Amino acid sequence: MQIYLPIAEVSVNAFLLLGLGGMVGILSGMFGVGGGFLMTPLLFFIGIPPAVAVATEANQIVASSFSGALAHLRRRTVDLRMGVVLLIGGLVGAALGVQIFNALKAVGQVDLLVRLCYVVFLGIIGGLMFIESVNALRKTRAGGATRKRRKHGLAHSLPFKMRFRTSGLYISVIPPVVVGVFVGILAAIMGVGGGFIMVPAMIYILGMPTKVVVGTSLFQIIFVTGFTTLLHATTNFTVDIVLAVLLLLGGVIGAQVGTQIGARMKAESLRILLAVMVLAVCGKLALDLLIEPSELYSLGRAGGH
Amino acid sequence: MIRALLVLFLTTLPAVAEEVVAGLSQNRISITTNFDGSEILIFGAVKREDAIVADPPLEVAIAVAGPSQPITVRRKAKRFGIWINTDAVEVDAAPSFYAVATSAPWNEVFSDVEDLRHKVSIRRAIRSVGATVEGSEAFTDALIRIREGNGLYQTNIGAVELNEQTLFSTSIRLPANLTEGEYHARFYLTRDGQVLDSHDSIIDVRKVGLERFLFRLSRDNPLVYGLMSLAIAIFAGWAASAAFRMIRT
Repeated sequence: MQIYLPIAEVSVNAFLLLGLGGMVGILSGMFGVGGGFLMTPLLFFIGIPPAVAVATEANQIVASSFSGALAHLRRRTVDLRMGVVLLIGGLVGAALGVQIFNALKAVGQVDLLVRLCYVVFLGIIGGLMFIESVNALRKTRAGGATRKRRKHGLAHSLPFKMRFRTSGLYISVIPPVVVGVFVGILAAIMGVGGGFIMVPAMIYILGMPTKVVVGTSLFQIIFVTGFTTLLHATTNFTVDIVLAVLLLLGGVIGAQVGTQIGARMKAESLRILLAVMVLAVCGKLALDLLIEPSELYSLGRAGGH
Repeated sequence: MIRALLVLFLTTLPAVAEEVVAGLSQNRISITTNFDGSEILIFGAVKREDAIVADPPLEVAIAVAGPSQPITVRRKAKRFGIWINTDAVEVDAAPSFYAVATSAPWNEVFSDVEDLRHKVSIRRAIRSVGATVEGSEAFTDALIRIREGNGLYQTNIGAVELNEQTLFSTSIRLPANLTEGEYHARFYLTRDGQVLDSHDSIIDVRKVGLERFLFRLSRDNPLVYGLMSLAIAIFAGWAASAAFRMIRT
């Protein structure tokens, strides 16, 4: 069944979109990631204009992260105070990101920027995660799990200290704000929630306990992606609500199925799988940049959308 | 039938050499939610005073053009080991859709001069006056090539069926990725490359219903549209969470 998308102005198969939403939903449920980093490139591949894909994906992430954050709020695994601090940074970052996005769209390099961001970040995160989980798997095979020592790093020595009771931390607010800004910029440019960067940053830079990390990350992602959606909708008119609804219908169902599958798998093998997938997407995007494209020319609307 | 029509034309019409009388199967195309392209049938007849001149033969060309927009065509080149957009040419006005169908090979239907005057071929229909970049020709070629690949530009040589130099018909396929606006259908009668008569009809392509409502809302009230998108997302997120909690308990 073909559906004409009113904003993207292309006609696509509704079941293809539901299927894509479902597949990415299963993955995000299995691995506890938003899935934006997979969905946005997939939307490029099926011919949705990049600007529409990025803006619409932000809207879809609002739905999936809200659903996830509700579950964490019930389990009291959200550090609201930390969430708000990250959020302040995130909103500033999102506003900056949309400005950068528009500036580059005007000079025709937005495609390149989005792809480069994907290649760099997916490469780093995928690589680190792969190494880390292979090591963890080896250690559990050898027996005797080692606990990470709590580091007394930068976050403790900077000024403006604040107590985060849920996380059991007394650290400066500067690192979380900086992390928030950074993730906000990425959210606006890449059409992702930024969970795949936020989660490692919270564990390794801020030293937050793992059990509150996912919930807190989801909590602030709702607001950052919500803000990004509004900015894209009001400045670029690129949020396609029909596309978003189809994707999130598949997504929310897939996520619940994925959670069930994820519960039956070992954490380390899950992480290796996720790392391999992240690296695969990264590799595909990198090849597109490195191999001579079959069509050297591309069309763009003059003077913006 | 054709004879009967001919007799009718010959007896009832005023004294003009050869004129085109044209029709469209539809002059309004609605882009609905399940819009999947459309086919329009274009037909017509030639009305004339005198007997049919057999040589040079009468030819018919029909062009359908969508609303024109300025377009930026960009070219990639290898810089620092990766392929990035380097050069760009602005095409002042390129129709979003363009299909031209003729009853005979191009050079038998239009002379170069007539094509230039009436801008019938795709290349002439695209206007790029200010293009000063060297080799801007290549950019126009690319524009045509890409849009031909998408089915947005079509040249259908010999696709117009012409009977007894009087009745003609052709069909034009409109792809699913149409832009809305006024589409102009132009009809040309030619002999020996010279245009004898032409006619212009308008096809109105509009988003309707939900499509129209959402598109207008996103442009006129972007804030309301954005908030609505968010509300739907939040509701869907809550509904999914609530539904699966119910299933589990």
